[in-house]
Amino acid sequence: MKWLNQNVGSLLELTVAHLALAVPAILLSLVIAVPIGWTAQRLRWARDPALALVGVLYAIPSLPLFVLVPVVLGIGIRSSANAIIVLTVYATAIMVRSAADAFSSVPLEARMSATAIGYSTWHRFWSVDLPLAIPVMLAGLRVVVVSTVSLVTVGSVIGIPSLGTLFTDGFQRGIVAEVAAGLIVTVLIALVLDGICILAGRALTPWARAAEAR
Amino acid sequence: MELLLQAFSWLLTPESWTQQGGALQRLFEHLGVTIGVVALSAGIALPLGVMIGHTRRWTTAVALLAGAARAIPTLGLLTLLGLALGIGLGAPVLALLVLAAPPLLAGAYAGVQAVDPEAVDGARSVGMSEAEIIRSVELPLALPVIVGGIRSATLQVVATATLAAYTSDTGLGRYIFSGLKSRDYPELIAGSLLVIALALLLDGSFALLMKSRSRAPRSDRQTTTIPLERNPS
Repeated sequence: MKWLNQNVGSLLELTVAHLALAVPAILLSLVIAVPIGWTAQRLRWARDPALALVGVLYAIPSLPLFVLVPVVLGIGIRSSANAIIVLTVYATAIMVRSAADAFSSVPLEARMSATAIGYSTWHRFWSVDLPLAIPVMLAGLRVVVVSTVSLVTVGSVIGIPSLGTLFTDGFQRGIVAEVAAGLIVTVLIALVLDGICILAGRALTPWARAAEAR
Repeated sequence: MELLLQAFSWLLTPESWTQQGGALQRLFEHLGVTIGVVALSAGIALPLGVMIGHTRRWTTAVALLAGAARAIPTLGLLTLLGLALGIGLGAPVLALLVLAAPPLLAGAYAGVQAVDPEAVDGARSVGMSEAEIIRSVELPLALPVIVGGIRSATLQVVATATLAAYTSDTGLGRYIFSGLKSRDYPELIAGSLLVIALALLLDGSFALLMKSRSRAPRSDRQTTTIPLERNPS
């Protein structure tokens, strides 16, 4: 408690820094994974190789990737760009699989009906495929949100500020309260963002609630 | 790119591998910790998971637990235990045990629970005891999903064991932390490459094992039953 009282300012600052890394990575992974997942679902032969590739990406431990990405891309190892790129890689690896499953879950009848009444592929994507894929995609997004928020902290060992800084700093200075505060706030952020995902999912799929009420 | 070449030349120098505290020793440390932790955690979590799947009790609680475990940052757990237990192998091993348990539990209970109830009832009706049902009906049918859980746990542990070098000087993670401190970039990069190679090698071995063992025709659904149960750490 004493630690908390003296460090509210830095706790807030690190929370903001944490969100500034996690949120862009989560959004980027959506933007990247949705087209890949949709394509994987349309081109059946591309599905297995695409999923195998994201499986391999997912198997790479994160700390080495935090070291290698800046070397290969020539960016600063402590830069936010490094953290966002690494986080996006893992988030995308989860999201591609989830998006491919989501688009496969869209009923064939719905797609064929849309084509039959003259929807173009583009129009059908936005008004049939994507909305009907939301429930399954949301499940994947929730996993992405929770694991990304937790993964951000790894960057702190190479000097990228986030709530993880409370772990490294607290460990070096032997302050249990600091580490505990970092743990609690990180889990809280994950829960809050997860809640936002659930609410957004409800708002975007009003028909699901209508079906429940019936 | 220059640094990458230097890292490769470091990897191709025999002394980097054979000297005291060299890459070979650290590779074996890393692999030993990984295998030991997964085996120990499996010894506790697998029987528990199989029992939960067999009796179908507490399944919601275990599913919630596995989900909640994903939210816990591994570095936080590691440093907290490091402060509690001091520098040494105790804290990281305990943290790794905790991290390995959820995917193992989930794989075991989900695998057993997914066994066709008709097969279980059939076994019961021909007079098999509950222990026999578990041993000769549920376990063989659940094996692919259980192995999937072991695969997730192994990947989780091999990755987090890198981070464990932050609180205890063990395994390949030492190259990363000492390289960062002394700005020895070739060693830092070489260490990173070794960890990645080890993780991919383990994952590939599991993929081959699961492929060679599955005689049933492949279905797309089957591959998605255990959706990525680990933290990417």
